[in-house]
Amino acid sequence: MLQNILDIWSKYNGEYVSGLITTLQISVISLIASLLLGTVIAIFCISPFRMLVIIGRAYVEFIRNTPLLIQIFFFYFGLSSLDIQLSSFVAGTLGLTVYTAAFIAEAIRAGINSIPKGQMEAARASGLTYIQAMRYVVLPQAFKIVIPPLGNQFINLVKNSSLLGVIAGMDLMYHADIISTNTFKTFETYILVGVFYLTITVPLSILVNWLERRLKRA
Amino acid sequence: MKKKVSVLSLVFMLVMSVMLVACGGKEADKPADANAPASGGTEKSSVAAAKERGKLIVGVKYDTNLFGKKDPADGQVKGFDIDIAKAIAKKIMGDDTKIELKEVTSKTRIPMLKNGDIDAIIATMTITEERKQEVDFSDVYFEAGQSLLVPKDSSITGIQDLNGKTVIAVKGSTSAKQIREKAPEAKVAEYENYAEAFTALKSKKGDTLTTDNSILLGMQKEDSSFKLVGGLFTDEPYGIAIRKGDAEMLKAVNETLSELKSSGEYDKIYENWFGEKPQKK
Amino acid sequence: MDFIGAYSWPNVRYLLEGFLVTLEVAAISIVLSFIIAIVFAIIRYMKIPMLSQFVFLWVEMIRNLPLLLIIFFVYFALRDVGIKMEIFSAAIAALTIFESAMISEIIRSGLMSVDKGQIEAARASGLNYGQTLRYIILPQALRRMVPPIVSQFISLLKDTSLAIIISLPELMHNGQVIYNSKSTYIIPVLLLIAIMYFVVNYALSIVARRLEHSR
Repeated sequence: MLQNILDIWSKYNGEYVSGLITTLQISVISLIASLLLGTVIAIFCISPFRMLVIIGRAYVEFIRNTPLLIQIFFFYFGLSSLDIQLSSFVAGTLGLTVYTAAFIAEAIRAGINSIPKGQMEAARASGLTYIQAMRYVVLPQAFKIVIPPLGNQFINLVKNSSLLGVIAGMDLMYHADIISTNTFKTFETYILVGVFYLTITVPLSILVNWLERRLKRA
Repeated sequence: MKKKVSVLSLVFMLVMSVMLVACGGKEADKPADANAPASGGTEKSSVAAAKERGKLIVGVKYDTNLFGKKDPADGQVKGFDIDIAKAIAKKIMGDDTKIELKEVTSKTRIPMLKNGDIDAIIATMTITEERKQEVDFSDVYFEAGQSLLVPKDSSITGIQDLNGKTVIAVKGSTSAKQIREKAPEAKVAEYENYAEAFTALKSKKGDTLTTDNSILLGMQKEDSSFKLVGGLFTDEPYGIAIRKGDAEMLKAVNETLSELKSSGEYDKIYENWFGEKPQKK
Repeated sequence: MDFIGAYSWPNVRYLLEGFLVTLEVAAISIVLSFIIAIVFAIIRYMKIPMLSQFVFLWVEMIRNLPLLLIIFFVYFALRDVGIKMEIFSAAIAALTIFESAMISEIIRSGLMSVDKGQIEAARASGLNYGQTLRYIILPQALRRMVPPIVSQFISLLKDTSLAIIISLPELMHNGQVIYNSKSTYIIPVLLLIAIMYFVVNYALSIVARRLEHSR
C-alpha cells in the first residue's frame, strides 16, 4: 500500500501541489473577506438602529441555518441563470465568504457583548463618537476575545473549501477525485489527500489551542 | 515546534489508516444496515443471489436522457438502458417487474458493482481495457462515439478548435481522459454527473461539453439551443458490466442480448428511443 | 426564473421525499454520534490510560479533516480494504464518524468547565465518584453543553447535503434532478431547499435557546 501511495505521489505530485495552492488561496482570500463582512454584520447586530439590527440578525440566522453547498450552488449555477457568470474560483470564494461571515459575525458579536457597557458609555461621555468609541475602545478588546473562535473558523474554511471539488474548483479535493477515478486506487489517493489537509489544519489547530491558553492566562 | 508538528502528522497518517479500518468495521454492523441487500460477492453467482432475493438489482443512470432518466413527475426511470435491463430481468427472473434500479454515476458505478450493491451496470458504459481489469463486460449492446456539444452560435466545429477553450466532462468517464489526449491544449473541467455537466454548459461554465454522441443527443433533444459538432472522434462500444468471474450472469446477459437482436425486439427498443433503426455494420 | 413551473406539485413532492431522507439520515446519525461522543468524552475525561491517548489522536484527526473527504473515504476507499457499505449506511457512518468527534469535544470541555473545587467538596461530603458525576458535574456541564451541541446538530443536518456526492437521494440531490432539466428552475429550487433547511434548523435553535433559559 505504501508503495502505491508513493507511486501515486510520484506520478501526480504536480496535481496535488497545484490543488494545495488553490485550496490555500481560496481559504486565505475567503478568510480576509469574511472577516471584513463579518465585522460589518456584527456591528449591524449591536448597532442602536433597529433596521440594521434586523438586517444583521436575518443575515446571520438565514445563512447559519442553510447548507454551504446551497450557497455555493447559488453563486455558481443560480447567478448564471440570471446571466451573471462567475468562475468556480470566484463563486466558491463568495459562497465560503458569505457562509463564514455569518459565523464570524456571531463570534464578534459575542465578543463585543462581553465588554462591559460602562466602557462604551464612558468613551461616549469623554466625547468620542459612536464609531470612534467602537473603533478605539470596544473593538480592540473584543478582538482579543474572539481570536480563538476566529482561528477555528479558519480551520473550518480550509475544510469547507473542499466543496469546490463539486463545482470543478481545481482544489485539492477536485484533483483527488480525478486522480482516484483515473487510477482506481481510491484508498491510497484519499489517504494522501487526507495527509495534505492535515498538514494545513493540524498546525492551525495547535496554534489556536496555544493562543486560547495564552489569552486565558492573560 | 516544527519538528513536533511533522512528528504529529506522521503519527496521524499511521493512525488514520489503522483506525478508519477498525472504526469502519464497527460502523458496518450498525442497525442502519439491517435493510441493506445481502452483498453477493464474487464467490456466489449473482444470478442465484438475485433469484433468492426475488429481484435483479441493476445500476443505471438517472440523469441521462434517452438512456436512463428519472422523471420527477411519476418517479419512473426511463430510457434505452432501462428497457435492456428489463429484458434481462425477464430472461433471468422470468418477469420484467422483478427488478430494482439503483442510481449510479460514472464515478460510483464500478465501486458499487464490486461492492455487491448492484448485480450489473447498464449505464452508457464504454468497454475499455483498463476497466476490463476491474469488471467483466458483455457483448457490445450499443455503438457510440465521442463528440462535442456546443451552443448553436459557437465557433467550435471540431476538436481542432479547442485550444485554450474549456471543455466540460464528467468525472470517471472515458471521454474526460480521451479529450486530454486528443486536445491537450484544452482546459478540462470535470463534474459529478451528466446532469451537472449539462447545467454547467447551459450556465456557460465552459465552451463545450464532451461525451458520447448518444448522450449528447439526449441533451440536445431537451434543449434545442445546442448542437453536436466534430463528428465522432472515438469508438465507444457500450457493454453491460458484471462482477469479475461471474460466468453465469455473463452468459445470461449475452444470451438475452442475442435473443433481443434476433427477435427484432432490439431494433424496436432502439427505434423507440432514437427515432431510427440501428445502422448495420 | 420560473417559480410557477418549478413549484409544480410533482416537483415539490419529489423535494419533500428527499427531505424525508435528509431528516432520516440526520436523525439516525445524531443518535449514533451522540452515544459515541459520550463514550469518547468520558474516556478522555477519566483519562483512561492508552485508550485516552488513542481517542485524543482519533478525535483530533477527524476534526481536522473535511467531511467531504470522510464521506468519499468511507464510501469509495474502505471497500478496497474489505469494508462494504451501501449508500445509505455509508452516509450515516461518515456523518457519525465526523460529528461524534466534534460533539465529544463539546462534551469534554463541558465536563472540564466544572470547578474542580466542587468535585473535591462533593467527594469530601461523602458522595462517591458516580454520585458526584450524576448530581454535581453533569447538571452543570449539561447546561453549558446544550447550546453548542444543538448547533452541532444543526451542522449535521446541513452536512447531510454533502451526501449528494455519493448520490444519496436526499434533498439537495432531488433538487438537482429537478433544476437540471431547466435552468430557469435553479434559483426557485435552491430557494425552496434553503427554506426547508431553514425552517427545521431555526426551530431547533429556538428550542435550544428555550432549554438554555429554562434551566
